[in-house]
Amino acid sequence: MARMKFLCDADRCIECNACVTACKNENEVPWGINRRRVVTLKDGQPGERSVSMACMHCTDAPCAAVCPVNCFYTTADAVVLHNKDLCIGCGYCFYACPFGAPQYPRVGNFGSRGKMDKCTYCAGGPEADGSKEEYEKYGANRLAEGKLPLCAELCSTKSLLAGDGDVIAQIYKERVAKRGYGSGSWGWQTAYHETIAS
Amino acid sequence: MAKLMSQVRFIAGALALALLVALAAPAPTAAQTTAATSEQQLLQQLKGGVIAGDVSIPDKKAANLIHPAGRDWRTFHTVTLKWIGGIAILGMLALLIIFYLWRGTMKIEGGRSGRAIVRFNAFERFVHWLAASTFIVLGLTGLNITFGRALLLPWMGPQAFSTWSEWAKYTHNFISFAFTLGVVLMFLIWVGQNFPTAADIEWFKAGGGMGKSHKYAPAWKYNGGQKLLYWFIVLGGAAMIISGYMLIFPFAYGMGVGDMELAEIFHGVVAMLFIALMLAHIYLGTLGMEGAFESMVDGTVDVNWAKEHHPLWYEEEMSHGAGGAMARPAE
Repeated sequence: MARMKFLCDADRCIECNACVTACKNENEVPWGINRRRVVTLKDGQPGERSVSMACMHCTDAPCAAVCPVNCFYTTADAVVLHNKDLCIGCGYCFYACPFGAPQYPRVGNFGSRGKMDKCTYCAGGPEADGSKEEYEKYGANRLAEGKLPLCAELCSTKSLLAGDGDVIAQIYKERVAKRGYGSGSWGWQTAYHETIAS
Repeated sequence: MAKLMSQVRFIAGALALALLVALAAPAPTAAQTTAATSEQQLLQQLKGGVIAGDVSIPDKKAANLIHPAGRDWRTFHTVTLKWIGGIAILGMLALLIIFYLWRGTMKIEGGRSGRAIVRFNAFERFVHWLAASTFIVLGLTGLNITFGRALLLPWMGPQAFSTWSEWAKYTHNFISFAFTLGVVLMFLIWVGQNFPTAADIEWFKAGGGMGKSHKYAPAWKYNGGQKLLYWFIVLGGAAMIISGYMLIFPFAYGMGVGDMELAEIFHGVVAMLFIALMLAHIYLGTLGMEGAFESMVDGTVDVNWAKEHHPLWYEEEMSHGAGGAMARPAE
């Protein structure tokens, strides 16, 4: 089985936010939640970089480790998913996540955050693949249809790569070799405890 | 005419800007090679800080790109806190069992006199039980968050455990207000008698009530140990309340995720120590000492108990005359 990862080549990201929009549309993400976002570092200064960030589907995911009700699970493709029927909305996964991926549908005073929502790698949830219940709770299950996450699929500059970690790392390495410099492979050190030549 | 001029100025300005950008264009490319920093370098430089930028979506919290402190918090929550809690609570239980085996129930040495003296009035007892009952509920529902997954989940099954945990969370959040009231009232009604005095030093020197003979351990209404307990409850309670409300209102008061992590760490550590201390308090108030529990039931204690454990207070009450120390027959 593949080990699915995301990789954002920040040298190519033009901050168009198409990935953000595609994600929201494909998954009917609740109002106020952004499963994916584009963060611009050093905005307007030399060395400005934009990075598209979402749940990185970490190796040894911190959210899963701290969840008091153990509602997370990792699929055979190494995608980190969670069960909204079990989630109690405590907010602990948000504290633990290095990428700010877990979000909640409500402001959440008095612990009324509602069920946590995050990027599913377009892989749905524990319900039957492609079912109506799965779509309503988690959004699309493109992975079950043999497709990759839509954010990466429609990235116009192919900055955001999704797929097997070894394959996308190889694509990135070839780019680095050709243009002569890397762009950081943002999040890889934190999520997968590894870096690609940059 | 003025409008035309302003348009000309605008176009000229735009052209000048475009020229400037075109001239400057090669510069960022050069800067990219040198200014491009890797995640690892940045994380080392920041030493646990946050890699943050700007976002164009309304949720400005999303501007935090990488927040490595989440990893440390995870280690605290899944490892450190469990050790602290386990050692504090099980250690205290073990100590109490050993103490009980050594000392047994501390009897009233002079036996029961059959005469009682008022120690706590109805309001004081109400405040005590308000704080005590809510503390027990808060403690159990709070321990569930730390230990439930390991201890209850395998036994209850995922769905039942989630349902219970969600209700436990809401109970914990809302009952906190009653606990807060209890702690505030405890502070107000008992603060006057809980300032340290010279007698407390004597009491500690005499080994408190721990020794075989406590005849020469002087104490006013509260002995040195009780005063320590009181101040831990007031100050520890305040710490619990403040850190707890920080967690109930996420992102309020301008808090970031790092502040909430700190609040959770503080809340967890103080809670474990608090629970351990309350176990000792419950033991001494019930099984550990004859004649103590009734002071929180009908509010009276036996006169001989008062003489032995709080001699200075007893004399003071007696010196007030019949009014102050209304002697009642214990049933």
